[in-house]
Amino acid sequence: MISKDLFKKPNNRLEGEQDAAKAARQAAAWQCAECKANATRDAMTANDYACPRCGAYVSMTARQRVQWLTDEGSFREMDAELLPVDRLRFPEYAAKLEKAQKETGEPEGVLTGTAAIGGEPCALFVMNPMFIMGSMGAVVGEKITRLFECATKRRLPVVGYTVSGGARIQEGMFSLMQMAKTSGAVLRHGEAGLLYVVVLTHPTTGGVVASFAMEGDVILAEPKALIGFAGPRVIEQTMRQKLPAGFQRAEFLLDKGFVDRIVPRKDQKQELRLLLTMHRREANR
Amino acid sequence: MTKAYERVLAARQKGRPTAMFFMERLFTDFLEMHGDRRFADDRAIVGGVARLGGLPVTVIGIEKGVATEEKIRRNFGSAHPEGYRKALRLMKQAEKFGRPVLCLIDTSGAFCGVGAEERGQGLAIAENLMAMMGLRVPILSLLIGEGGSGGALALGVADRVWMLENAVYSVISPEGAASIVWKDAGKAAEASEALRMTAEDLLGFGMVERVFSEEGGDFEQVCAALREALAAELDTLLRLEPGELTRRRYEKFRRIGGDGQ
Ligand SMILES: [Zn+2]
Repeated sequence: MISKDLFKKPNNRLEGEQDAAKAARQAAAWQCAECKANATRDAMTANDYACPRCGAYVSMTARQRVQWLTDEGSFREMDAELLPVDRLRFPEYAAKLEKAQKETGEPEGVLTGTAAIGGEPCALFVMNPMFIMGSMGAVVGEKITRLFECATKRRLPVVGYTVSGGARIQEGMFSLMQMAKTSGAVLRHGEAGLLYVVVLTHPTTGGVVASFAMEGDVILAEPKALIGFAGPRVIEQTMRQKLPAGFQRAEFLLDKGFVDRIVPRKDQKQELRLLLTMHRREANR
Repeated sequence: MTKAYERVLAARQKGRPTAMFFMERLFTDFLEMHGDRRFADDRAIVGGVARLGGLPVTVIGIEKGVATEEKIRRNFGSAHPEGYRKALRLMKQAEKFGRPVLCLIDTSGAFCGVGAEERGQGLAIAENLMAMMGLRVPILSLLIGEGGSGGALALGVADRVWMLENAVYSVISPEGAASIVWKDAGKAAEASEALRMTAEDLLGFGMVERVFSEEGGDFEQVCAALREALAAELDTLLRLEPGELTRRRYEKFRRIGGDGQ
């Protein structure tokens, strides 16, 4: 697991607001957490959720990411009714879930569905950094598994955005087993000759890295994203040494050969569209 | 102290038999095969070919070591990516020659270190999970001591998962869970109870098919029971068509946590 401060609170929550309130919020001032520059929220979102001055990325909720990425009106959400279950009756988990649901307005930590990116149809999952640190509970695993199964049946490529602090501790072994389950679904999708492109965003760690985050045919990463099996603090404790600068960042993984490409946000729609186009089945004829 | 934590301590206890103890008693003609053919030979994982009765099998175990020097050489049973890649190489070889795979699991977890990250610990585990889901020969995994998270699961995607009575299997160590959830590693005993990590718990969840008694602490007797059970189970599994075998394996894991309850 990694430290909580990697998961910054969203700077805006557009979901479920009245139009008037939404307009007011959009007009509201926004300040960059990195360089403290002042700008409007609109200017920041129009700059692909990056600071207009220093370019620092702003953390996106899953729904913001879907809206930003997909062709307008193309997203058809799946399995939105799946709710987390406190199977172990783990102390304080029910309250934690309720808090996360209230704060995010989402029932769980991943959105799945079908969509179009630059006119190219795909199945899409986007994890939510705001929901208990993007941790993988049984519903996250189940929704991703169902997405891959649906994509296999409908012969759709899968595009996935990962962000995760790792396992959902409060779901114990039900969390761990999602790694096996999702891997089985990814395998079957791949065996059907279908494309899976994964985009690793900041931070992607733990059980998600040791399963579907690393199982893409193409693995893309956002600049500077922290990506690793073990969190940096755990490694520092084990090794009793300071970690080198840039360790476990996207650029480091590219250097070591574990990531295909680092793609800035502003280029992602275009690159994904290109990849989807080049892997269209009829394109090979 | 909680009942679950007693199990945790028993699983970690000094003097508890490690993987090679079981290998020596369950199999004959064991020939160890070294290395992942890519980077190195990880001594935390011991693998090779052997016979169970007359039947050739591929055996892979996570070995913690017994004497201090050996423990260090085996990194206390915490494997690096090359260890998981050696396991994968041996599993693929088993598939080629139609041999069943037997995995013995005993690890506090995959190693968390600079080298492990540089060589793709996450990828190594992920590749094993995928490959084991599709492997066209029977896989049987036995938890003999500690089942530490992804590092254990990397050898645990099996047609049958069995546990010894005092083995434990968890998404995180109780100490780790306590320090993350309650900011107090001292609450490990409570955490081990809350995590539901004992053999009985996992049997109840349908994640484990069978638990072997350690009554009296006589591990020679445990091995005798295991030898008989393994032979019978492999006989059953070997009758299944490879496609049917992998379908059932997927379905088994597919069901976990899939119901709305
Ligand atoms: Zn800035």
